[in-house]
Amino acid sequence: MKYILLIYGDERVWTSMSKEEMAKVYAGHRAYGKAMTEAGVMKEGSELKPVSTATSVRFSNGRPKTVDGPFAETKEQLAGYYVIDVANLEQAIDWAEKMPGMTTGTVEVRPLA
Amino acid sequence: MLLGRIVEDIFRTDGRRVLAGLIRLTGDFDAAEDALQDAYARALATWRRDGVPANPGAWVNTVSRRIAIDRLRRDRAGDLVADVEAPQADLRQAQVGPEQGRRAEPDDPSGIDPSGIEDDRLRLLFVCCHPALSPDARWTLALRTLGGLTTREIARAFVEPEATTAQRLVRAKKKIREARIPFEVPPREKLPERIETVLSVLYVIFNEGYASTDAPALVRPDLVREAIRLGRLTVEVLPASAEARGLLALMLLTDARRAARVTDGGDLVPLDEQDRSLWDRAQIEAGVGILDAALALASPGPYQTQAAIAALHGTAATAAETDWPQIAALYQALLRWTPTPIVELNAAVALGLATNLKFALEWIERIEGRTELTNYYLLPASKADVLRRLGRQQDAIQAYRAALALVSNPAERRYLQRRLDAFGDRVD
Repeated sequence: MKYILLIYGDERVWTSMSKEEMAKVYAGHRAYGKAMTEAGVMKEGSELKPVSTATSVRFSNGRPKTVDGPFAETKEQLAGYYVIDVANLEQAIDWAEKMPGMTTGTVEVRPLA
Repeated sequence: MLLGRIVEDIFRTDGRRVLAGLIRLTGDFDAAEDALQDAYARALATWRRDGVPANPGAWVNTVSRRIAIDRLRRDRAGDLVADVEAPQADLRQAQVGPEQGRRAEPDDPSGIDPSGIEDDRLRLLFVCCHPALSPDARWTLALRTLGGLTTREIARAFVEPEATTAQRLVRAKKKIREARIPFEVPPREKLPERIETVLSVLYVIFNEGYASTDAPALVRPDLVREAIRLGRLTVEVLPASAEARGLLALMLLTDARRAARVTDGGDLVPLDEQDRSLWDRAQIEAGVGILDAALALASPGPYQTQAAIAALHGTAATAAETDWPQIAALYQALLRWTPTPIVELNAAVALGLATNLKFALEWIERIEGRTELTNYYLLPASKADVLRRLGRQQDAIQAYRAALALVSNPAERRYLQRRLDAFGDRVD
């Protein structure tokens, strides 16, 4: 069963990091991705560019309208995701708990339909 | 009609045990309940013709599993079944022709494997208590599947519309199915973080059994037994958890007073008026022993604290000999663990009995002033008891009346009415 791990965090925490700290987080993600690949659960994953680059196409009465910004202005922003293929929610949560670079923030675990 | 009663009883008790196994077999709460429901209908018809089998539990187990497996096989074309981990043995058994199948079937006591079923019910408990479910969903699901309460009974117990309870159940089952919460006891390293939700759900089941909101007799021994049984299993799985032992001790110590708590006529007897010779001494000793083992782990918590209070009551030879100073101190400790107004109310009464009732009254009035417990009948009822002991009859009558206006359980209502009657005051 496929699950998406949606990584939410405060972007300001990320942007205020030093180069070394960022490098550490990236190294963490490389190791994490490698571990997932070796476990045979990794499908795909990516970091997202900051919300300042986000564009939303909003629909009203069936008509699309393009606007600047993310879907919702919140304290935590979507920063990246992984798609994994595991047996059940327990295993998906196991991986979510190992997400690198998380001192605060949230990893949302959602099954793919 | 008598057969109908028998069948109903068997499904209320054995059926619930079977349900956990059916959920594991089908991987689906609804499919499991449907299979059990069909087995019930079949039992009514078959037993009317052939008589009740020697081991009806085994019969229900075998037949409902067969129904569930038949359905799984029929749906095999669909995509759902591929995901189901049906035990091979069961499938093989189901594939045996009807002639051969019959021999192994109904009255074979080996049809139920007690250890396997215990495991299934423990698994079910952990599924119901999974942190991916909302707290409300957890106990609702546990009361429904492990406690065997109907949706209506749960709704009444928690004073909410039946539709709300039903909807919560539907959502919880859907979440389990769609997010695929596994039917298993979590791995050892995850147990400590799960224990709290498990214990809180067991406590809800126990309380609903011990102080039933709904049942006219106040007590539902089946729920009490189930909570205690699951409590024992939890201690077995988590021997290092002091709180698991604490909860088990609390349940045993509280339940040990059951026979004295309600009269034959269904009337509530307050602790200080209970006939202590009716208390189950062996169970009190067992509870105290388990509590001692818990305390030896040197990891205190709210359940152990409550168990310690229950142990002090349980070991007092008479009400007058109750060690109120120590109980008051324990309530103070409990208040730090669980700072709820209800615990505070108990702490206030204990303090009053340990020192001076006036302190209890002052504290209760402070709680009243904060209006958190405005609709909680035990607030005016406790105040009334304190006022009565202080000899302030008029104020006590007023408080008892206020409590009567809020109480819902008939036995508790009669208790309050008796107190009023004792003052020569009738309220209709």
